[in-house]
Amino acid sequence: MKVIVSVKRVVNHNVKIRIKADQSGVDLTNVKMSMNPFDEIAVEEAIRLKEAGKASEIIAVSIGPIQAQETIRTALAMGADRGIHVINDIEIEPITIAKILKSIVEKINSTICFFGKQAIDDDCNQTGQMLSALLGWSQATFVSRIEINDNEVTVNREIDGGLETIKVNTPVVITTDLRLNEPRFVSLPNIIKAKKKTIDQIMLSDLGINLSSHLKTIKVVEPPERKSGIKVANVCELLSKLKNEAKVI
Amino acid sequence: MSTLIFFEHKNDNISIASLHAVTAAKQIGGDVVALIAGSSCTPAAEAAAKVPYVSKVIKIDSKEYEHLMPENLAILIARIAANSYSHVLAAATSMGKNIMPRVAALLDVAQVSEIVEVINENTFVRPIYAGNALATVQSLDAIKVVTVRSTNFDAVATTGGSAKIENNNGEGDTGLSKFVSTQQSNVDRPDLLSAKVIVSGGRGMQNGANFKMLEEIADKLGGAVGATRAAVDAGFLSNEYQIGQTGKVVAPDLYIAVGISGAIQHLAGMKNSKVIVAINNDEDAPIFKIADYCLVGDLFKVLPELKASLDNL
Repeated sequence: MKVIVSVKRVVNHNVKIRIKADQSGVDLTNVKMSMNPFDEIAVEEAIRLKEAGKASEIIAVSIGPIQAQETIRTALAMGADRGIHVINDIEIEPITIAKILKSIVEKINSTICFFGKQAIDDDCNQTGQMLSALLGWSQATFVSRIEINDNEVTVNREIDGGLETIKVNTPVVITTDLRLNEPRFVSLPNIIKAKKKTIDQIMLSDLGINLSSHLKTIKVVEPPERKSGIKVANVCELLSKLKNEAKVI
Repeated sequence: MSTLIFFEHKNDNISIASLHAVTAAKQIGGDVVALIAGSSCTPAAEAAAKVPYVSKVIKIDSKEYEHLMPENLAILIARIAANSYSHVLAAATSMGKNIMPRVAALLDVAQVSEIVEVINENTFVRPIYAGNALATVQSLDAIKVVTVRSTNFDAVATTGGSAKIENNNGEGDTGLSKFVSTQQSNVDRPDLLSAKVIVSGGRGMQNGANFKMLEEIADKLGGAVGATRAAVDAGFLSNEYQIGQTGKVVAPDLYIAVGISGAIQHLAGMKNSKVIVAINNDEDAPIFKIADYCLVGDLFKVLPELKASLDNL
C-alpha cells in the first residue's frame, strides 16, 4: 500500500508576520520557513503505518518554489521514502493544488493520501477535501485516531461537540488533527541519510493543468488593534468593574 | 442572484450556526434558499421555513443523508447549486469545513473560507495567518462557495419567516463512508460557540484536575470552559475545548483567561470577545496587552477568592 503525504512550506509558527507596505500581501523575505505543523503530524502517521507493516512506501509531495525541497527533505529525514517536488513560483489556490495532486496520485496509484487539516498561512482548510472529491474517494477529516483493517479504515474525527467515529473505504484522503500523534524529532544521522533519498522534480507547466485564478486578492491589511485595558488590584475590584462598568455579570 | 445555504441540523432541529450564515446571505443580497438534507427531517425543514429572509426551503428526505456524510451531501449540494445559484454558503463549523470544499471541487470553483465581512456580492474579507492579517478577496467564479465565521455575523431569529418547502430527490448512497457513533462531551454546559461567558485555562493551570476550579466558576456564571492549545497538548483537556487558530473561534460577552500567556495562535480565537479578563502571575504576559481587565496574581489564590465572591454575589 503506497501512501502519499502532502507537505507545505509555510512561515514558521513562531514568526510575527509583517504586511507589505503596498498591502499586496505578507512579506516573506528573510523569514524563517518550516513544514506546516499539521503536515508534520501527517508525515508521522504515515511513518507509523509503515512501521506497523501496513504501508509499503511513503512519498512526500510538495508544490512550491525551489526551497520547498527543504520541506520534502524534512519529511525524508523523518522517514518518508522518496519525494516529489512540483516546482512552481506563482500563487495558486487549493482547488488547483488539488488538481495537481490528483494527477500525481493517479500516476503513483496510492491508497491513502495524508494532509494536515489546514495550513497555518492561508488557514484555508480545503485541499484534502477537494482532492478527495476530484478522485471520488472517501474522506476522513480532522482525524485524531486511525485504525486500518484491510480495505476499511476506522477513524475518530474531532467535531465541534466532541468526537465522531466513522468507517471509510480505501482509497481515502485523511486530514490530521492535533491529537493524532506527536511528530518525532529528526536526528542528525537521519538528516544525512535523507540527503541520499530521491526527490523527483516536475515542472508545473509540464502537467497540463489549467492554472487560471479563481480568486483575486484585493488587499491584505493588519487587523484593528485591541486597546489594552486597566490593571485591577484584586478580585473585589475586578467583580465590581465587571458588574458596574462592563455590565457583563 | 440567489444564495443556497447548507443548513446544519439534527433532523428534528436546525443548528444556530446556520442562522449566522443567513445574515451573511442577506448582506450578499438576492434570494435566500435553505437546503435541508436529512432523513425524517421534516421538523428541521419546518424550522428552517420559519427563519426570516429564507424564501424557500429545499428538503431532501432520504436515508443516505441521515448522518450528513460529506461524500453523499457534496454530490447533492453541487447538483442543486449548479442549476440556479450564484452563491453557496455554510457556517464555518466542523461540518461546514468538512463538506463545502468538496462541493467547491465538484463545481470546479474555489472556496472562500471563514469570511468575516461581506464587501459586495463577490468580495469578502477573511483572516489569514491566525487572524494576524485580513485579506480582501474577490471571487472570479460564477458560483461562489463561501463559509461564514459565525462570530462576525449576528444570528437571525428563529421565527418570523414563512417560506414554502419544496421536496427534491436524493442522489443515492455513494457507500464511501459509514457513520458509527458520536461521543458528545460537555453536555451540561453551553456550547463554546454560543456561550455568553467563557472561562478558559492555559498551561498555567498545571494539570487537568485544576480545571475543576474553572468549571466551578463557569457554572456560577452560566458559561463554558475553554483551553489553549498548550493545555490540550499537555492533555489537561480534550481537543473540543481548544480555542485558537486551529481550534474554535469564539466571541463571548465575557472571556476570562486564566494562566494563559497569550500566544498569537490563541489570541486569534478569542480577541473579538466583548470583554476580556486576564489572570496571570507574569505581568509581562502578552495576554495583558489585549485584556480589558488585568489581574496580576497567582491563579491558585485568585480562583478560590473569585469563587467565594461569586457565591456571595
